[in-house]
Amino acid sequence: MKLTVWTYEGPPHVGAMRVATGMKGLHYVLHAPQGDTYADLLFTMIERRDHRPPVTYTTFEGRDLGEDTAGIFKKTCQDAYDRFKPQALIVGASCTAELIQDDPGGLAETMGIPVPVVALELPSYQRKENFGTDETFYQLVRALAQPMEKTPEVTANLIGPLALGFRHRDDIEEVKGLLYEMGIGINVVAPFDATPEDLTKLGQAHVNILMYPEHAETAARHMERVLGIPYTKTVPIGVGATHDFVAEVAAICGVEPKKDLGRLRQPWWSKSVDSTYLTGKRVFLFGDATHVRTAARIARDEMGFEVVGLGCYNREFARDIRALGKEFGVEALVSDDYLEVEKAIEDASPEMILGTQMERHIGKRLGIPCAVISAPVHVQDFPARYSPQMGWEGANVIFDTWIHPLVMGLEEHLLAMFREDFEFHDEAGPSHNGGHAPKPVAAAGATAEPAGEDAPAETGSDVMVWLADAERELKKIPFFVRGKAKRNTETFAAEQGLSEISVDTLYEAKAHYAR
Amino acid sequence: MNQPAALPSSTCRDAPVLKERGQREVFCGLTGIIWLHRKMQDAFFLVVGSRTCAHLLQSAAGVMIFAEPRFGTAILEEGDLAGMADAHDELDREVERLLSRRPDIKQLFLVGSCPSEVIKLDLARAAERLTQVHAPHVRVLNYSGSGIETTFTQGEDACLSSMVPVLPETDARELVLVGALPDVVEDQAVGLLTKMGIGPIRVLPAPRADSALAVGPNTVFACLQPFLGDTAAAMERRGARMIQAPFPFGEEGTTLWLRAIADEFGVDDETFEQVTAAPRARARTAIANASAHLRGKTIFFMPDSQLEIPLARFLTRECGMEAVEIGQPYIHKGLVGPDLDLMPAGPVISEGQDVDLQLDRVRAARPDLTVCGLGLANPLEAEGLTTKWAIELVFTPVHFYDQAGDLAGLFSRPLRRRDLLKLDAANQPSETREVAR
Ligand code: SF4
Repeated sequence: MKLTVWTYEGPPHVGAMRVATGMKGLHYVLHAPQGDTYADLLFTMIERRDHRPPVTYTTFEGRDLGEDTAGIFKKTCQDAYDRFKPQALIVGASCTAELIQDDPGGLAETMGIPVPVVALELPSYQRKENFGTDETFYQLVRALAQPMEKTPEVTANLIGPLALGFRHRDDIEEVKGLLYEMGIGINVVAPFDATPEDLTKLGQAHVNILMYPEHAETAARHMERVLGIPYTKTVPIGVGATHDFVAEVAAICGVEPKKDLGRLRQPWWSKSVDSTYLTGKRVFLFGDATHVRTAARIARDEMGFEVVGLGCYNREFARDIRALGKEFGVEALVSDDYLEVEKAIEDASPEMILGTQMERHIGKRLGIPCAVISAPVHVQDFPARYSPQMGWEGANVIFDTWIHPLVMGLEEHLLAMFREDFEFHDEAGPSHNGGHAPKPVAAAGATAEPAGEDAPAETGSDVMVWLADAERELKKIPFFVRGKAKRNTETFAAEQGLSEISVDTLYEAKAHYAR
Repeated sequence: MNQPAALPSSTCRDAPVLKERGQREVFCGLTGIIWLHRKMQDAFFLVVGSRTCAHLLQSAAGVMIFAEPRFGTAILEEGDLAGMADAHDELDREVERLLSRRPDIKQLFLVGSCPSEVIKLDLARAAERLTQVHAPHVRVLNYSGSGIETTFTQGEDACLSSMVPVLPETDARELVLVGALPDVVEDQAVGLLTKMGIGPIRVLPAPRADSALAVGPNTVFACLQPFLGDTAAAMERRGARMIQAPFPFGEEGTTLWLRAIADEFGVDDETFEQVTAAPRARARTAIANASAHLRGKTIFFMPDSQLEIPLARFLTRECGMEAVEIGQPYIHKGLVGPDLDLMPAGPVISEGQDVDLQLDRVRAARPDLTVCGLGLANPLEAEGLTTKWAIELVFTPVHFYDQAGDLAGLFSRPLRRRDLLKLDAANQPSETREVAR
């Protein structure tokens, strides 16, 4: 038993729903009580889908238990088939139905439904949403895809994008563009907008582009083994990763690594003088493993940030992320406990968080700006405009998104110069964000939140005594570097064996850490 | 003069009820925690359930409100399912840890879920045991918010009814208002009744465990919400007597509800008129303004919040709408009878749900406005229908005179918006459908 307040991932059957809802012509019959229908709103509200998810729930009740819940399942399954006439069905149980052990797969098999029926075994009390997406897609591929002759021209499958994904819709277009430049056609994109019939043709492709390992790695391995299709290991998020991706695909397919860099602006934007102020910004990264891994490289190599902490919530990738932590000289945090993540961020006191919607709230409370890089998603993560993360345009979008919450370069100098000025004064925060420090990310689409989230006290410490002068001096330092100054001074003081901090200590520390 | 002018000869109370059983598209009772935890400031709601339950709460809350809100889910894991003794030990340990970290908690609700009920984890026993351990500082109660026993707002009913048996006994003649409303609305109700000379007035749930709320044979009570049947029964078992009335939505509903209480306390017509005349007039004006877009329009209620029947009464009688179908998850005539009495027979009254069949009826009727859950709203909008999400009716202050205009406004806004938006080219209406995803 574990007390949980906020979760990064839903239960595994929600993962299965993300696959089903991403697809067309597939229907999911889910043995579940009525309350589980809440999951529909994730798709219709957060993602603004214009159709109900293709899911029929049995919605059995207490009085049905011990009577004929199996009969209810069979009737629901038959009705759903008759009404929706899907090309294939998936059937399974939610956490409650798992306990009553009706065996939806076995029941459906006896019913003579004239289309493929794929049974899902998703252990609700052990696994989570991302396991559900990966396993469901794998089971569908295993049941439907067969070895077949390759297409005469070089083609690729794009695998992994699905419903409720972080920018999947736009990433698909970017990756298609990258492949187009190399003369590679598209065989199937799946699960996104694919039909079960499309899945039967997966075997024709020459390569699988594994866009999101979280959702399709098991299927990719399976297809490599059974259909002889190699898959890509590089996820093209960031300039460097996109170059590597193109090289990897070209090598697999034996084609020229042709690129059209005409729209790529990120490198110049990052080199231009205004970006000097980004140098050494201390960032903390948290999200799903794939997005954190790619973001870490961008942060260090393409933005010039310093990565002071990183981690992921999906344990399936714990080993990779720990290795990544080593590479960056930090201890990786693998946890789905949101309070633990908050603690780690507080301890690292970064100048910026690159995280999920959860970290956005953590940042709000701690007064640290945050840009979102990963699921779990929020209605804001589905912008109307084209906004990919992958490919050249993705690199441009990421540059803009990450610097938006930060104080702009020139403004940073003005803040230091006109510290007492009414407009730039200490508490005003980045002026282009509406001046609501320490809550720089405007919660535009979010539900109204109650006021009264007090900014944490920025001075004072359990271990160190700040003398009054020093504390006053600390307050003169602009807010966006104050956390760092405080932390550095305390570390410095501790190293020097001091228990009190004076103005001198503050400036000695400053000299010590000067870069 | 305060009674409705003419009662229709054949009313919705006598109309046959269309009962359906199929897929329901309604939240479970856990959802009530989202508003109950705001109302009871020293209470914590501990759901004993699965990751699904935690995810439901998070999704229904829509956004993470606090670092540590006063609710959480003890997620059952593989090990808890195997040995029941262990599950109890685990629960005790989690509660211990929670209470030591949160000394502000005075009332702890152990909330049952589908998984805890299917494995027959006895939370009543756990609550008794934990009360003994943590008395007198913390009182531990339990109720079920599970989807196999409760729908959406029924969770509040289950929660409040679990509190009634432990209320102190009193012989005082007191009025208890039953239901968790936003403070601003509750204050208005108490204010109006106090001005008529009625008192003392108590509210269930009280904001804190140590309030003066008590119950006994001289207690009379009135429900503020139409989904509090079990709580009403629990109050009656304690000897209290219910004052029946239509629910206080709109000018008419509010007046009839207040009048019923005033009659119980022997308030004369003059006093009643004096207290209510001004807010009544305000309410009428506000409704007249807000309902301009509603007059003559048809409305279809999918079953959701249990407010459907009283709201249909308000919208048909005070806003000039015509109800096509009024669906409720379940119908408790002891509570909504007075509202049903005020509506002439005509609309389909349905109980339970088979969502696909019901959607077929919506598509056939093409009502001007469909009230439904969040899972159905956008899909119906994409089919060209106009919708109002039901959940907002539970989260927004809509009761009593000064919210009557807002209540009408909640329904008229989607219709006004549809009229306002001009998304086609200036001259020729476009036939191309916009990309919705
Ligand atoms: S329906 Fe049952 S399992 Fe689902 S969220 Fe509600 S209580 Fe939990």
